[in-house]
Amino acid sequence: MKLKSILENYIFVFPATLIFVIFYLIPFIWVFQLGLYEWDGIVPAKVFVGLGNFKEILFEDRIWWDSMRNAGYITLIALTLQNTLAFLLAWACDRQMRMKNFYRVLFFIPPVLSEVVVGLVWQWILDGHYGLLNGWLTYAGFPALARSWLSDPHTALTTVAIVHCWKGFGWGFLIFLAGLQTIPRELYEAARVDGANAWSTFKNIMLPLMMPVAALVAILTILGTMQGFVMIIAMTDGGPAYHTQVPVLRILASMRGTSRFGYACAQGISFGFILVALSFIQYRFSRWTRDSA
Amino acid sequence: MTDRRAAFDELARRYEARSGVQVKFELYAPSDAYAQKVRAAAQGDNLPDIFGILGEKQDFASFIKAGHILDLTPSMQAEAGSWQQSFVPKALALNEFPAGNSYGVTPGIYAVPIDIMTIQMLFNKDLFKQLGLDPEQPPQTFAEFLNIGRRIKAAGMQGLVSGWGEVWMVNCLANNFAFHIMGRDKVLATIRGEVPYTDSDWVKVFGLFKEMQDSGLLADGVVTMINKNAERLFANGKAVFAFNGSWCVNVYKGMNPGLNYGVMLPPRIADKYPVSIWGGAGSSFMVNTRSPKKAEAVAFLQWLTARDQQLYLSGATMSLPANKDCLAEIPEALNRFARDLELSTHPNTWGIAEHPQVLEALGKGIQSIIIAEKTPEQVASEVRKVKERQTARRRQ
Repeated sequence: MKLKSILENYIFVFPATLIFVIFYLIPFIWVFQLGLYEWDGIVPAKVFVGLGNFKEILFEDRIWWDSMRNAGYITLIALTLQNTLAFLLAWACDRQMRMKNFYRVLFFIPPVLSEVVVGLVWQWILDGHYGLLNGWLTYAGFPALARSWLSDPHTALTTVAIVHCWKGFGWGFLIFLAGLQTIPRELYEAARVDGANAWSTFKNIMLPLMMPVAALVAILTILGTMQGFVMIIAMTDGGPAYHTQVPVLRILASMRGTSRFGYACAQGISFGFILVALSFIQYRFSRWTRDSA
Repeated sequence: MTDRRAAFDELARRYEARSGVQVKFELYAPSDAYAQKVRAAAQGDNLPDIFGILGEKQDFASFIKAGHILDLTPSMQAEAGSWQQSFVPKALALNEFPAGNSYGVTPGIYAVPIDIMTIQMLFNKDLFKQLGLDPEQPPQTFAEFLNIGRRIKAAGMQGLVSGWGEVWMVNCLANNFAFHIMGRDKVLATIRGEVPYTDSDWVKVFGLFKEMQDSGLLADGVVTMINKNAERLFANGKAVFAFNGSWCVNVYKGMNPGLNYGVMLPPRIADKYPVSIWGGAGSSFMVNTRSPKKAEAVAFLQWLTARDQQLYLSGATMSLPANKDCLAEIPEALNRFARDLELSTHPNTWGIAEHPQVLEALGKGIQSIIIAEKTPEQVASEVRKVKERQTARRRQ
């Protein structure tokens, strides 16, 4: 009877386990294995190169590290600008304000739009020839500020980062809002009765209670932004030169541009390790700040 | 390719009515997605009976070596080679691996060209008039070309537009310049590693892009421009020059049927070697070796590339036919691209291929020159380093 029960349990989990093994575990192991080979993705024969691909990534592929720096820059802007904006808007919508439900919907529209569509629309807005932004700047009396925002090496990366923030702040807004709504109102009222001002309420009640939420938003921002590439393909395809290249674009370039599937896998593994490390650091940092608070 | 769906479907209908064999065309966009789809199908051994490959000649060779592509040489040479002789030789050469090729492929013809293209300079005749230039006299020399650039800048117009956000298209013009300045042999010697990219001729090639930028000849934002945007700007009369392929005839016809433009060769820089353009390449179809319908597939391709079908396809899609017997009957708009076919060359006919990493460094380097971030000498030095690294890696 007991054996039958055990077998039944295994049969229940078998389909899910099979799917996990076929679509997650085997490809995962395969990627690790391919990272040790030179392979063009077509011929059956693969050349074993050991850790050669990883060595090349670490010591020779300057563009890979440049792309990592670019992704880091976009992430930094997202962590600061995007998340500050998301928090402030969530805070505003958490208070008693008119039309707050309308704003909640409005702020969540950009994240649900297709990244390709958003990229192409912003490319059109920012275009140096017929872009709306340059048209507005000229109309407003600032023609000197008009430029090819996405083709100018001085503005391309920051412009891409700002568009990314516009597209992504809705997620942070939603999570911050949910977090703010879990804070009991009595705490604010008690603080007010005790004579606490707005800053003191923010510092001593809201901030400590929102730290776990902020940590979650930060981790999601880091992971989402570092892996972002669709909008960049639509807006600049990594150009001008290498100014808006990001790691996933480099992995794609290795696969479809230079047909180096093994190298692309090695890049993917390296990138995965970096993301795990960043998330771990962020997690420890947020725990430390929460404990300190 | 998807813009040709109606024409291909019509040809399939005609073939079924004639032979009783049903043919189904499946067209995909964007091209990158299709390229990956074909690779995945090759891995899974489920390629269709007839397919195309988008990529470098090296990818083509890999498909052959993996046993996915039928050698069409016996069919081509049957009946005194009548099928082989029906094609524009340059178009067929792209699909051929000659004896002693560096790809290690058994010599033979492995694909059938369906159409061909050339990439040329185009100029807007109406904007030429506005600049006070003779619209029937496009610039012949590079100095004249730069002078027009200065006029464009002074008039506040946009100069040359092209899809230079994509590396291959900027490399295409660089190759034109390189063939013209140093000749085919020296370019191929560079690819073989016998001449460094820091050679003065290569620095001169890179320098031409700086001169074009400095004169005002290049449109703002050309370094991130995708070709579709470049085509829109030129079709709407917003740019004086375009660097585009013969497929643009159909595109401009759709965007602005009244566009008044001319086609010109890239301007002459030196006298030792003739001006060169990219051409000959187009869409090619391969037959799956493992298909149980190989014979039917070959028979269909023979029918598809015959004169009548080629003329229909050319007229319906405004593309240059691969069948040489049709070239005399194509519309004038297309003929402007066909008449310089003898000056054309293409990397896939060189028998040797540059490392993709070097091509990327070259194209991105030229973008850096255009945005005034690097000098031609710096780019030459960087490309040389990439070349040396890749050559060493391949030796290992």
